[in-house]
Amino acid sequence: MTEFDELKKDYTMALFSRNRAGILNRITSVFSRIKLNIDSLNVSETETNGVFRYSVRVNTTEKLIRRITKQIEKQVDVLKAVYATDDLIVQQEVALYKIPSEVMIDDIQTEDIIRKHHAKILRIHREYTVIEKTGHKHETQALFDELEPYGILEFVRSGPISIGKINY
Amino acid sequence: MFKAENSNIKQIINNNWQQIDDEIQSDRAINMLGSQAIINSLIAEGVEYMFGYPGGAIMPTYDVIHQMQDKIKHVLVRHEQGAVIAAQGYARASGKVGVCIATSGPGATNLITGIADAMIDSTPLVCITGQVHKDLLGTDAFQETDIIDISMPITKWNYKITEASEIPKVMARAFYIAKSGRPGPVLIDITKNAQIEFLEYSYKKCLHFNSYLPEPTPKLQAIKEAASLINHAKKPMVVFGQGVILGNAEQELKTFLDKSGIPAAATIMGLSALDNKHPNYVGMLGMHGNYAPNLLTNQCDVLIAIGMRFDDRVTGTLATYAKQAKIIHLEIDNSEINKNVRVNVPVLGNVKFTLPQITDRVIENQFPEWCKEFDNLHQQELEAVIKQDLNPKTDAISMPEVIDMVNELTNNEAIIVTDVGQHQMAACRYAQFNQTRSMITSGGLGTMGFCIPAAMGAKLAKPNRTVIGIVGDGGVQMNIQELGTIMQSEIDVKIIILNNEFLGMVRQWQELYFDKRYASTEITSPDYQVLASAYGIASAKVVQREQLKSTLQEMLSHDSAYLLEVMVGQEDNVFPMISPGDSVSDMRLK
Repeated sequence: MTEFDELKKDYTMALFSRNRAGILNRITSVFSRIKLNIDSLNVSETETNGVFRYSVRVNTTEKLIRRITKQIEKQVDVLKAVYATDDLIVQQEVALYKIPSEVMIDDIQTEDIIRKHHAKILRIHREYTVIEKTGHKHETQALFDELEPYGILEFVRSGPISIGKINY
Repeated sequence: MFKAENSNIKQIINNNWQQIDDEIQSDRAINMLGSQAIINSLIAEGVEYMFGYPGGAIMPTYDVIHQMQDKIKHVLVRHEQGAVIAAQGYARASGKVGVCIATSGPGATNLITGIADAMIDSTPLVCITGQVHKDLLGTDAFQETDIIDISMPITKWNYKITEASEIPKVMARAFYIAKSGRPGPVLIDITKNAQIEFLEYSYKKCLHFNSYLPEPTPKLQAIKEAASLINHAKKPMVVFGQGVILGNAEQELKTFLDKSGIPAAATIMGLSALDNKHPNYVGMLGMHGNYAPNLLTNQCDVLIAIGMRFDDRVTGTLATYAKQAKIIHLEIDNSEINKNVRVNVPVLGNVKFTLPQITDRVIENQFPEWCKEFDNLHQQELEAVIKQDLNPKTDAISMPEVIDMVNELTNNEAIIVTDVGQHQMAACRYAQFNQTRSMITSGGLGTMGFCIPAAMGAKLAKPNRTVIGIVGDGGVQMNIQELGTIMQSEIDVKIIILNNEFLGMVRQWQELYFDKRYASTEITSPDYQVLASAYGIASAKVVQREQLKSTLQEMLSHDSAYLLEVMVGQEDNVFPMISPGDSVSDMRLK
């Protein structure tokens, strides 16, 4: 094995399957078998009717991701499994921030922050405001860091979804 | 771009997807109960025997088994683990899919060890479990357990049927998936309501399943590269495994070896694929395998792996395994390529088809100098180990001499079924085979308690062959309850207990690596003759060497089951041995 094989990196696995009860367990058990944490997981429909796409993010070595990908692809219900490093994919995440509406009203800084980050306001309630920000993790995190002093009531970030840079 | 061996993913998905699920066409549908559909599906698949145990959630299906007993035979075991292992023995001896059936809850969980064993040893099984009524799922109902989730990592495929109408299609898929490609166990869980509902039944065998590619298509380029490497090799060596047997490629292997002149060694799972007397055969690989093939793995220049998976018991430490060699790997399962050992030329596909294409392209050859190296090392093993094993100077009988006597008295024609431990290694090292599917042993999982049920299954699969179970005094006491099955179903198996009054293999490791601290390895046995007689099974006990031959003869000529206990040397060790973590080239003779 080369040194490259042993180096840990973020990998995104894209796998395609029929949507059948239990298939998610079959897939995740391949990771849990070797005690590998899944950093994020997203399941969605694809352009092909009846085929579902799973995006799985893990931090591991090339050697292991290669092995796991084959072991997942071998599952009877899985159509295809592939993996890529971040430089080979276009990815996006979305984050939602719930902050007290009073800081939106009272504090002029919040307007600047939202403007600077190109964030969107989705809902204003008398008690809270929901802000949306799409971007890479470091971008949604940057907004989080700036809003934090004003008091974040709730925060949620989707895992990244991704598409390969070259047509497959 | 996502990395994939086949770059056009979209095309693959679309192509697969367009194969519509059209396996079932209800041209002549018959209205029947779900339970009848289950049994009719089994009959349609040509199932002759099933092994099982009834219980609440599977009772409607047992009702049909009772009505259909002239068409399909059910063997009542004494524990569900016996059922699944008997189904494995049946599958391994016959090459057909083994079938077992159990009820929900404990019935289903008792199958787990056998399913895990079948998974790791690629044995085709269909396991049917009853399940509570679909309205009771998730309510902690009586004997409800989520066997689908429990069995997920140890099944090739599994499926919960909750509607009777699903039965024929899912059963057809179960058999197709179990036996195609790299075989494995499939579990079908069927809720009670699905067994007692009516459906329109028609059965059509499954020939494809849209997300599943059982066998990769061989690539000509890989075959050419493999042949070229072989043709330039000075010291090539073949290591073959069960893939040869599963692919029915025994003749193809022999043809390849005859032409290429390359020495060949078997993994434990590959035993009996090649006649032991074949001139190219150089023995068994692995921790307790033969000296020459293990040592020379680290000297060959081209290693040709045929239908084997580089298990750690075969390779020893990977850091020094065959580093000097170019490695060709003929394999049906893509996930095995580069899993443990980096391969230079992967040849994907069924060896039945890939091997002859390589044979066509290799030159006729002989390697007299290279083969002499095998002979020389074999002589060392002969002097240091084998002679003492077969003709011990001690009063105590040795395990190998019992196996050797069995060879002599059966003309190497018996099916040998083993349990796990020292006796297993003795049997694998010394048993001789002149036909394939003659060694049935738990290779990957190392399941104690395997011998008796597997021997039952093997005998029912091959009634005209002598089936001899070799078992230790530890393993025999796991699943010993199956003597009741042997009694009731009158299965003519010969069981030889090699009794050293120890859990021998663990004791050997304690002697070698734990300063002889024999923690919980001294084990007492019941009086096996009394036990056998309680089950109405003939038996004998041999303590003196002089009695061995005549008693074995008596056992073999007996017209029904026989239990023979042979007292063997208490603290005999199995050698040669590759110590855990050592290299194949560091194999020790003592």
